[in-house]
Amino acid sequence: MTIQFNDETFRDDYSFHNSDWAIKRFPFPFHEDSYMYAVNMEQHRGGPEGSVYEKRFDVDEHYVSEMRDRAMVLADDPLRCQSLGHMTLAGWDLLELIMVSKSEDYPDLFELHRDGNTWRWINKPLGIDDTFTFLDETTLPYGPMEYITRQAQGDFCLLDQRDGNLWMDAGMVTTQADWSLDFDIGMNFFEWHAPVPLAHEMGIFQRALKFLLNIQQGAPARRLNWTMTVNPLLDTSPENYHKWGIQKTTLTPDNIGAKQHLRVELQTFFRLPRSNGLVFPIRCYLCSFQDLMTMPKWGRRLHRVVRDLPDELATYKGFIDNRPMILDYLSQFDDGKPTSPGVWPDAETEPPLAR
Amino acid sequence: MSKFEFPPSIRSRPVYGTLEARPGKGHLMIADGEGAEAILAIATPELMAHAHIIYIPRGSDFTERLRALTPAQFYEGPSYAASVQRIRRVLQGAHMGLQVYLAGTEGLMGQAQNEAMQAGIPHTAIQTEHRGSVARRMQCVHCKGITEDVETDPFVCSHCGLNLFVRDHYSRRLAAYQGVCIDAEDPGNIPEPKGIYE
Repeated sequence: MTIQFNDETFRDDYSFHNSDWAIKRFPFPFHEDSYMYAVNMEQHRGGPEGSVYEKRFDVDEHYVSEMRDRAMVLADDPLRCQSLGHMTLAGWDLLELIMVSKSEDYPDLFELHRDGNTWRWINKPLGIDDTFTFLDETTLPYGPMEYITRQAQGDFCLLDQRDGNLWMDAGMVTTQADWSLDFDIGMNFFEWHAPVPLAHEMGIFQRALKFLLNIQQGAPARRLNWTMTVNPLLDTSPENYHKWGIQKTTLTPDNIGAKQHLRVELQTFFRLPRSNGLVFPIRCYLCSFQDLMTMPKWGRRLHRVVRDLPDELATYKGFIDNRPMILDYLSQFDDGKPTSPGVWPDAETEPPLAR
Repeated sequence: MSKFEFPPSIRSRPVYGTLEARPGKGHLMIADGEGAEAILAIATPELMAHAHIIYIPRGSDFTERLRALTPAQFYEGPSYAASVQRIRRVLQGAHMGLQVYLAGTEGLMGQAQNEAMQAGIPHTAIQTEHRGSVARRMQCVHCKGITEDVETDPFVCSHCGLNLFVRDHYSRRLAAYQGVCIDAEDPGNIPEPKGIYE
């Protein structure tokens, strides 16, 4: 299908919105009526047609507006995109991976023409037509990682692999769930995850690292993570927390359905061929509570998950203060009926809400 | 003696040990304040014959005792900032087999470790021992300014003036802990500052 790109904002007047198509394909992250940390890795080898899992790098109706928002964040704070000196080759690996994937997966939107090291890249939605020399930085307006990730939705972490660990040595991070690339750059896998509660004690990170170190070329993996955000704000950075934190206090029983958003990260992991690094794209999807509630199964399930979530996790995810109001709202959409297994909305087969 | 037992913390927070003399062709020892005591504890004539001590007294008076060890080179600096060019030059000329010993405050050890890492020495090969003040070097995540010697939580950023709480999350690259606005969700509600470990 041809994607109709929204003209919308993720700040100020927050005109962001999801079409019916976007709601239906929203990556709802709960496969059962409760949640606890898990490594929950699976192969990233496509998925049902039209789902966010189908393509290697999903492009959706928010693409053009998200890239505009990223450019604004970078203009305000260039430190959101950094690459340590030894990571340039991994940046070229990433540029190649994205250009090849997008031109193959969305031939109507992106074209890549390669003649030896002379490459021509056409990005129709953003109106870009550039010819450059592969592996020659002087022929691009930015470094290779910055160039291509200004044209790709989601944050990107480039990880160096050495000493049996992964090192966060480069990244483009403008749509993050409250962590700072500028602070974490250069850290290893355990260090950048240090502030996460409970999961270290559960051995989650040791198992996840073992898995990631062994990811092979051509066999990417994926998992989902989630949090909550008041207003469809992409840039929930610690850098700007003193500006956006106050928005959490603007929830009322009347506006919560429109203002409170479930924020889901589709995290994927690809081995990079020349650098042997990993790229870790973190793609953020937002959906308002009122849009989620159009799927009866999701309404029932979200209420049960939020209700039973340990306090540590509600605190870490930043909504502990608002949880009572959130539960008041969500409980209206939980009639106690059972839910079908799995993440899909099953809109045709799940019973409508009994009032 | 002035050793402080830091409470257990998260994985990014540095853990300090106790200096021990290790075989090496040269010994670079960088200390501030009461960190001098950690050097005095391991000094032997053999070690000192190949030692370069860089010491920043910060109001303490161990200088004469260190000098009396007769290290191959001794330098007393008025501040870390004044000493850092010298530290860089020494590291630039370092050969394989140099042992690096850091002792004193977290700020001193973190910054000197960072210089050694940039000179190609893995941080795991650098010995550290905490002595003296438990104050922290803090980076404001909002304005990026560094405030040295922070003793209380919360504290006021010396650059932008925001009230920041003291996290245990630590960056070796910045040699600093992270400070985050404490009253973002409730402006003006700032708890009474307490000592970081109180």
